[in-house]
Amino acid sequence: MRVVVVGAGPAGLAAARAAARQGASTVLVDAEPSAGGQYHRGENVVVPQGVEHLANTTVWAVEGTRLHLRTGPADAPDRVARVLDCDALVLATGAHDRALPFPGWDLPGVVTAGAAQAMAKAHGVAVGRRVVVAGTGPFLLPVADALRKLGVDVVEVLEAGSPLAWAREPAGVFAGRGKLAEIARYRAVLPRYHTRSTVVAAHGENRVTAVTVAKLDRDWRVRPGTERRIEVDAVCTGFGFTPRLELAVAAGCLVDKGFVRVDDRQTTSVPNVYAAGEITGIGGADLARVEGEIAGTCAAGGTPSASLLKTAHRGRVFAAALDRVSSVRPGWRTWPDERTLVCRCEEVDLAALRTAVEEHAALGLRSLKLTCRVGLGLCQGRVCLRNAAELAGIPHDADRVSRRPIAAPLRLGELADTPLTPALEE
Amino acid sequence: MVSGLAHPDVVVVGAGIVGAACAEALTAAGLRVLVLDRGPLAAGTTAAGEGNVLVSDKEPGPELALARASRERWPRLLAELDADVEWEEKGGLVVATTPEAVEPLHRFAQAQREVGVDACTLTPAEARALEPHLTPEVTTAVHYVEDAQLNPVLAATTLLAAVRRRGGETRPFVEVSDVDGERKVTGVRTPQGTIPCHAVVNACGPWSGSLTAKAPLPIMPRRGIVLVTAPLPTVVRHKVYDADYVGAVASGDAALQTSGVVESTRAGTVLIGSSRQRVGFTERFEVPVLKALARKAITLFPALAGVPVMRAYGGFRPYAPDHLPVIGEDPRLPGLWHATGHEGAGIGLAAATGLLVADLLTGRTPHVDPEPFRVDRPEVMVA
Repeated sequence: MRVVVVGAGPAGLAAARAAARQGASTVLVDAEPSAGGQYHRGENVVVPQGVEHLANTTVWAVEGTRLHLRTGPADAPDRVARVLDCDALVLATGAHDRALPFPGWDLPGVVTAGAAQAMAKAHGVAVGRRVVVAGTGPFLLPVADALRKLGVDVVEVLEAGSPLAWAREPAGVFAGRGKLAEIARYRAVLPRYHTRSTVVAAHGENRVTAVTVAKLDRDWRVRPGTERRIEVDAVCTGFGFTPRLELAVAAGCLVDKGFVRVDDRQTTSVPNVYAAGEITGIGGADLARVEGEIAGTCAAGGTPSASLLKTAHRGRVFAAALDRVSSVRPGWRTWPDERTLVCRCEEVDLAALRTAVEEHAALGLRSLKLTCRVGLGLCQGRVCLRNAAELAGIPHDADRVSRRPIAAPLRLGELADTPLTPALEE
Repeated sequence: MVSGLAHPDVVVVGAGIVGAACAEALTAAGLRVLVLDRGPLAAGTTAAGEGNVLVSDKEPGPELALARASRERWPRLLAELDADVEWEEKGGLVVATTPEAVEPLHRFAQAQREVGVDACTLTPAEARALEPHLTPEVTTAVHYVEDAQLNPVLAATTLLAAVRRRGGETRPFVEVSDVDGERKVTGVRTPQGTIPCHAVVNACGPWSGSLTAKAPLPIMPRRGIVLVTAPLPTVVRHKVYDADYVGAVASGDAALQTSGVVESTRAGTVLIGSSRQRVGFTERFEVPVLKALARKAITLFPALAGVPVMRAYGGFRPYAPDHLPVIGEDPRLPGLWHATGHEGAGIGLAAATGLLVADLLTGRTPHVDPEPFRVDRPEVMVA
């Protein structure tokens, strides 16, 4: 039997290893040149034995358990087409970090925490010399620490929420006690850690040169009079994560509250399709690995051990608590001003978004997009659509937003010549 | 009782382009209109098309008459409302790429010219002068200067904004579960309560067949898919389509029909159609359909082969068995009016359709002959 795993981060690697160990012919498909995903970026990750690794490969369409692939560097004119049928599919496509718009967020030098981390890990390159890290959730600390190790002056690390919220999550604290203890690793940056604070504006002409930071109330509205100006040459922001659901939605998997719904065997609503890692809930690399192992084992017809299932359960209790503690609060919608770009690709500012809502009563995402062009650009709304929906007061239906029959761009000529069935030797 | 307009003269069900155009014309006639939609405004079929206002694809007959009336009315209506809805008189270019296709296309254009359509037959060189990236395989082409385009969502929401300014009301997210009345319409039923009224306009597009079991219509969804490229410098200037498009539109075959239709938008993206499939309300796309669209587009514009496709989207056209719109009062339930069945031409036909509904409903002389669109024609009233 053949198991195909999409995504070579912690979840996908674990899934491929487990499936191969069960004796399945296993293919690991990943868009990056080397395995490991964002988490292991820059490390020399060894692909598990017996696993066929298709690097630089995007899955641009899914039809049931048939995948349509292109291999080669993005944009290269000579990418190779392949159609792959499988008996079971494991989706481990991960998540990207969420940026919230504020005045100046589109200035050069303002980057996502994930991008800063990727540059640091893969190339040892620092985004700046004097940096503020802002956002929410425990991910800010490793990013700040990675920058510090590169000699960056991490001026402040600003958490918009309040870790005091953990007081209401005793079960989560217990389940995640190991994870919470890891915070001690980042003690070097902890003295610069401030809670209920964030960057509310970035200033500069051609590049960020300063930021305004402020204290926030419980709902993340700025507490007037608390604004301070800090000179910086870069800002990293990360307000949680948005799962990459395109392939799961294309495969027909049920999405519930923004994540792929799975049972304790990582089974989705579609037979023979499994999901693991951040697309099933933001839980970090450790949980992703456990989920991946369960998914890979089950996909190859095996039975996961009781202790593995128990570990996953404990991880999910922690992840659910983490989600509640680090959730983005609605007050962020007061940060952007009328001229702040909501959609950078199509240069749609908040005023244009408001006109679409107020004058055109565009109260659905599709009508909103076509009225003011938000989310229609090259990123296809991956960065902005969730924010636009919240600003417009429209429910953000992750299932509909992620409905992309062409999950990754390909050239019209590639599409015209694409094979419809696997090659004979497959 | 729900708040707002408690006693409308007319309830329009469906806030797509056709419902919006009906509501606009009815409020312009002085009626109090309430527009309901089970979803957001202009978010169904209207949000899934290219915004075509075409005369080129219609043979002489009632639909062409409606299309020409609509083509004339659209710019006037937009001027009256002082609205920018990306209206563009870009013109259409119908292209033949085989020797066999030349004669039928010329015959088709000749018949259109006889009823007054501006259809200018071009040599291959003239066609390539209009569209420099057009395939060298072109054997002949016909240029239709009247073909135009608009942004359908902007157009529909603009018409609905005019309705609100005139005292009408638009209420999204209200689903009509049935039309009340035995011998004539007395109201519409919604989960929030019954709204009394004496006239209802069924503008539910592909879903209009089942608005009420008292007056079913044989309207079926005919799915279409559009590919969208990344923004480009202008490669395509007109709406350009293959001469086989007309045959695909007129076909009633349930199987997949594809035909190359290529045009740019103001944002620089190129839209690539068209496909027609009768597959119910299925949203899952098949790779063979996407592939066929790509092939046909490259046949017309080989230079597009290197362009990235950014997304694909689909929608459902309201399709009547005889391919003609259904416009008029339903004899089975007086007070129930239909404005549906426009298939892929709803944007173009909406302006004249709305006016026709208002003409008929208020007893004015209709501005186009309503007879061919009547509800009780045998092809529609099968039962």
